Amino acid sequence: MSVETTTSPGTTTGTGIGAIPAPAIQAEGAWGFSRAQLAALGVMLVFLAVAPFVLYPVFLMKLLCFALFACAFNLLIGYVGLLSFGHAAYFGMGGYLAGHAAKVWGLTPEISIIIGALTAGLLGAVAGWIAIRRQGIYFAMITLALAQMVYFFCVQAPFTGGEDGIQAIPRGKLFGVIPLDSDLTMYWLVAAIFLGGFLLIHRIIHSPYGMVLKSIKENEPRATSLGYRTDDYKLLAFILSATLAGVAGATKSLVFGIATLTDVHWSMSGEVVLMTLVGGLGTVFGPVIGAGVIVGMQNYLAEMGAWVTVIQGVIFVICVLAFRRGLVGELANWLKVKL
Amino acid sequence: MAIQRRTLLAAGTAAVAARSGFRSARAQAANTIRIGVLSDMSGPYRDTTGPGSVVLTQQAVQDFGSRGFNVEVLQADHQNKPDVGANIARQWFDQGVDVVVDLPTSSVALAVNNIAREKNKVHLNSGAATSDLTGTQCSPNTVHWTYDTYMLAKSTGAAIVKTGGDSWYFITADYAFGHALERDTGNFVRAQGGRVLGAARYPFPATTDFSAFLLQAQASRAKVLGMANASTDTVNTIKAAREFGLHRTMKLAALLMGVVDVKSLGLESGQGLLLTESFYWDLNPRTRALTERVRAKNENRPPAMVPAGCYGAVLHYLKAVAEMGVAQAKASGVDAVARMKALPCDDDAFGPGTIRADGRKLHPAFLFEVKAPAESRNPWDLYKLAATTPGEEVFRPLADGNCPLVRS
Amino acid sequence: MDDIFGIPAPLLFGQLLLGLINGAFYAMLSLGLAVIFGLLNIVNMAHGAQFMMGAFAAWMLLAWFGIGYWWALIIAPIIVGITGIILEKLFISKLYKLDHLYGLLLTFGLALIIEGVFRNEFGSSGLPYRIPAELSGAWDLGFMFMPIYRGWVVIAALVLCLATWLIIEKTRLGAYLRAATERAELVQAFGVNVPRMVTLTYGFGVALAAVGGVLAAPIYSVNPQMGSNLIIVVFAVVVIGGMGSILGAILTGFALGVVEGLTKVFWPEASATVIFVIMAIVLVARPAGLFGRA
Repeated sequence: MSVETTTSPGTTTGTGIGAIPAPAIQAEGAWGFSRAQLAALGVMLVFLAVAPFVLYPVFLMKLLCFALFACAFNLLIGYVGLLSFGHAAYFGMGGYLAGHAAKVWGLTPEISIIIGALTAGLLGAVAGWIAIRRQGIYFAMITLALAQMVYFFCVQAPFTGGEDGIQAIPRGKLFGVIPLDSDLTMYWLVAAIFLGGFLLIHRIIHSPYGMVLKSIKENEPRATSLGYRTDDYKLLAFILSATLAGVAGATKSLVFGIATLTDVHWSMSGEVVLMTLVGGLGTVFGPVIGAGVIVGMQNYLAEMGAWVTVIQGVIFVICVLAFRRGLVGELANWLKVKL
Repeated sequence: MAIQRRTLLAAGTAAVAARSGFRSARAQAANTIRIGVLSDMSGPYRDTTGPGSVVLTQQAVQDFGSRGFNVEVLQADHQNKPDVGANIARQWFDQGVDVVVDLPTSSVALAVNNIAREKNKVHLNSGAATSDLTGTQCSPNTVHWTYDTYMLAKSTGAAIVKTGGDSWYFITADYAFGHALERDTGNFVRAQGGRVLGAARYPFPATTDFSAFLLQAQASRAKVLGMANASTDTVNTIKAAREFGLHRTMKLAALLMGVVDVKSLGLESGQGLLLTESFYWDLNPRTRALTERVRAKNENRPPAMVPAGCYGAVLHYLKAVAEMGVAQAKASGVDAVARMKALPCDDDAFGPGTIRADGRKLHPAFLFEVKAPAESRNPWDLYKLAATTPGEEVFRPLADGNCPLVRS
Repeated sequence: MDDIFGIPAPLLFGQLLLGLINGAFYAMLSLGLAVIFGLLNIVNMAHGAQFMMGAFAAWMLLAWFGIGYWWALIIAPIIVGITGIILEKLFISKLYKLDHLYGLLLTFGLALIIEGVFRNEFGSSGLPYRIPAELSGAWDLGFMFMPIYRGWVVIAALVLCLATWLIIEKTRLGAYLRAATERAELVQAFGVNVPRMVTLTYGFGVALAAVGGVLAAPIYSVNPQMGSNLIIVVFAVVVIGGMGSILGAILTGFALGVVEGLTKVFWPEASATVIFVIMAIVLVARPAGLFGRA
């Protein structure tokens, strides 16, 4: 049995998780996007502009929040090669703190979201510092266990409202002036937040810092020998990922007006993994598509209730066995571009 | 076998749901009342609510008969997730559904409570335990049927003290629901002159093994073991309590438990257990008649308490609609609920009752003792009646709830 | 009797004993995980679901075929082990050449499917299963009543763990397995059928989980969720003990059961998180785990 007992995933031969074989020629577009990616970005922008008039705005907002969550998760797995199985902790805590800030402290939505994001980032710093010590599977299991601790904390802490959660979170007025009660107005804000996060991630990946991350993912010992303190780079990536997950969670709790234990439960962690897997690990647009598929499925199959878990499990199995590149990855591979 | 019947039922309800699916492109009939059963169809509460609630809602529609308008029943699974439940409720309301029914799991119930108020629709809650629905979160669009934590605590706590169980030890699930049960029951125990000797709070939902806490309970020498938890936790606690012989020296009181849980526990382990429900299929001729009508469609079992509550609530709602006219009922949920409060209630499941200003439905609560295996004459003959507390007494007094509707 | 740290001594000893019993379940489950990971490099996230299948198999044997507890102890693990072998042959073996994380994801998906199917079939409220007559009742130990069944669980777990450790560390078969982890091609060149050995090892690990399920059926509610509550704690146990070490898994399992038991006495609300806190501390101080080889 030839099992590669590598503890750090990702080699240039592409057996590492999330490694997509790069096409031979990449047409260069602008701002670090390849031409294909620019086209995809255009499609996404058009969709964002038109969709609220065709689809249900609240459903779209949920989709965008989860898309941002999945993008944040993908930053860690796709570009650093670390599978975090406890990302719900940052998503949920971001949501709780933002909800508390908006409801109890009466702060404006943008400040509440910032507070949620900072909390998630702080939590990510602590968890990341503990978890970075191991890699691969150990890392995944540690993040899972740490997220469980956060879950139990949330069950017991009074401010989270326990089983009831924080209810009736007001959307408030953006910057103190723009009321967000209309679903359409809120949608534009959420779309802006999503785009901001999406482009920020892209910027991070194509910065010098991002280059170092990529080199760490491909061959960590070599990066270390070049003098980079790889643990610090990985930890920073973890913190960034956690912070953006917190932004997603905070936005979601303002959209729905609720923050509950579901947001910190391990099944939420599993769902974001599934979204990214379905969409395509390590691709730019994969998490967005994946989030769309899974969130859509949850909503439209709600009437089939009993089978949703089973279907999600089946999708997991199919993706891992036969469909590892995910939807966007397969498309990119077929078109021979980078998406 | 159970499997085939369940498949048939699923196919039947799927057919109903498919025909009445909210995504179908049917023109909205202005003469149709649309009822949405939003429940846990696939998770831990599936057996106590879920498909049973749908069946009983359909039965209510059938028993109501035809009074000049159509009624359509839809269903969906909120998976115990507030955002899924909130989304479904919003979409339903925006697409012409007039009333949501059931809603177990307090976090989902509270979320949908707000949405129903926002959209001026009707929220008939049967499945949630939180007494906040008629307290600080009360709403003119909401009726809380079946039960709440106060009722459970008062019926079980006070009634047991009256029979001599005057010293209690609690095993409490360490979260808001468990605390509420422990606090409310403890208050009633003390009000009746009993004492609370202590409580062991265990982490929820992580605990399967209760032996450590039971040992502490035993050491306290209390006469009654109060289990402030629900479903699987209660079952595990009881099994362990019997194993350790606690049942020989203490009375076991389950603060939230129903027929389905008792069935899964088995009479061997459950005998002697005390619990409160507001509905039992074998209570009187009317409940038995309802059970006969429904049994074959309900996976061949009698209705549980929460689905029975859906039956009563929906039947009463339809009566209100018939009186005020479909157009007005559809136009304003507040008006529909106000009419429900004005009309006296009476149905086969709960008998006569009323709905208070804060949305609380009043009906008696029954303290049951689980039968020993030898006393049970058929597979679902599980209870004997130990005490009854009338509706006016067993629910929280109107003035104490901090409900904004009442204070003005 | 005197009080130790404010807790009456009988209560304390009782809790220690109970902690040992819990530790027995942790040890058995983490043993199965450690065997599968140590020899196959697969993180079997379906382990909790397979534990649950063991309990359900015991129930099915009783309810549908009238086969009682003692036979179930042997038959149920065999049945569940066979399903494990099927899974390995169909799905898991395809992933050996890939990053281990895919194995984790696959078994996670399998766990979702298994749990979902069982919930649809059997509902979520649990099924009754009685303690066998020969094991019911309790011993009066003076400081507590010790149910005989729980004593049996500890003994059975100890025997199984010891037997497994002996097989792997002291027999030729175990030597082949250990060698195959390190250099599979070499072992295969010696004529040993390595793929079959791997398959059977996975089946064995799954069977261990299933035995745990049968042991648990009389005392815990037999429902589809019973495994998922347990499995995350078991993961923490395995991380603390060191993933590759069989002995580490066994010792850590028992030890952590006792620690959790003591926490339940002194600070009950923290008993769920204490194991994770210990995990965090061990990771900071000794990243390979207590017995692991990094």
